Amino acid sequence: MNKKSSLSVLLNGIIKENPVLVLILGTCPTLATTTTVTGAFGMGLAALAVLVCSNVFISLLRKIIPETMRIPCYIVIIAGFVTIVKMIVQAYMPALYETLGVYLDLITVNCIILGRAEMFANRNPVVASALDGIGMGLGFTLALTAMATVREVLGAGSFAGIAIPFMENFKIEFFTKAPGGLLVYGLLIALIYIITKGAAPVKTSFSCEGCPHAATCTIETCQKKGAEN
Amino acid sequence: METFKLLIVILLSSVLVDNYVLSRFLGICPFLGVSKKLDQATGMGVAVTVVMLIATAVTWPIQYLVLNPLKLGYLQNIAFILVIATLVQILEVILKKFSPSLYKGLGVYLPLITTNCAVLGVTINNIIDGYNFLESMVSSLGCGIGFLFAMVLFSGLRSRIDDSHIPTPFRGLAVTLIAASFISLAFMGFGGIVENIFA
Repeated sequence: MNKKSSLSVLLNGIIKENPVLVLILGTCPTLATTTTVTGAFGMGLAALAVLVCSNVFISLLRKIIPETMRIPCYIVIIAGFVTIVKMIVQAYMPALYETLGVYLDLITVNCIILGRAEMFANRNPVVASALDGIGMGLGFTLALTAMATVREVLGAGSFAGIAIPFMENFKIEFFTKAPGGLLVYGLLIALIYIITKGAAPVKTSFSCEGCPHAATCTIETCQKKGAEN
Repeated sequence: METFKLLIVILLSSVLVDNYVLSRFLGICPFLGVSKKLDQATGMGVAVTVVMLIATAVTWPIQYLVLNPLKLGYLQNIAFILVIATLVQILEVILKKFSPSLYKGLGVYLPLITTNCAVLGVTINNIIDGYNFLESMVSSLGCGIGFLFAMVLFSGLRSRIDDSHIPTPFRGLAVTLIAASFISLAFMGFGGIVENIFA
């Protein structure tokens, strides 16, 4: 693999196929952990660590794991790394552990990680899979941090816990609450469309190919559902 | 009587106040993906409720009878996800064999639920909240009903969106998320009601 293509694998996840804003994967943690910049950044890094480890591991084992049993194997590998990351966070960053709570466990069922295992790691060599994991993880972290910045600055008048002089007098609490998260996410997706001038595909619905559950569902039911839609 | 009151409070608060989709953001993917038509939304909602109940009935004993006595609490995550995935598969096989009509209605949604974060979320949350078995079951039932409720409401809203003229950048998921934001805003109105229901 030459240098240019490995760079493009890395950049792919950050910009062109940003998991949160373009592929629309991993919506649950995106909405739930972006009330504070610190929480969003921590969530992004935790997911990045799990993503890189599981991508490397699955890529290493891609010739050993039998085709029919691959999904359970992936889930066990991912759940194992999630447990490791969770223990590390609990030991060294107790404040972050409190903030993220159950969402740290739920990285296991994060669509991005299973999706990348299924779409990339099981058919690419180790180095490319690691780069893909880093790129996707960074894309996830960046998108989460961007969204958290909007929500924390407007909603709590602070950035990463540090109060901003003017903004702290005019908090709009709506943005730190649940509806604010959905609204900001919707607006960001529209903004990305405007910035890229429509180059980014508009997702009208969850189709089979981008479907977060595509990795786990049996293909025939998925296609049947796709045809119905 | 006190237990009964407590159970009612748990049920109502998980349906209305702490609605899993609209205030805790668990299970957003099926919420956005399968809420286009009313019948699909209902089917998915019922399937999620059933799986949540069965999953809780199995994972609660695993946590308290197996993992805790053996001091294997750190295996919670792996154990739960494996149990849930297996359960859904078994449920699918059983339904297919014994009740083809029910399978036709619910079966197609089952594979989609395997890695639904709402199901894993509810089982882990029940343990975190320290509920006993009965409370856990009621809380799961409430979360399932809340999910169903949100899905049905949202499917009605979405059929309206499809008929409207929407500026290009907002087409697709952007406007769907903004609509979900309004429903979520409506649900915020329930905040504080349930705690004082028996006061």
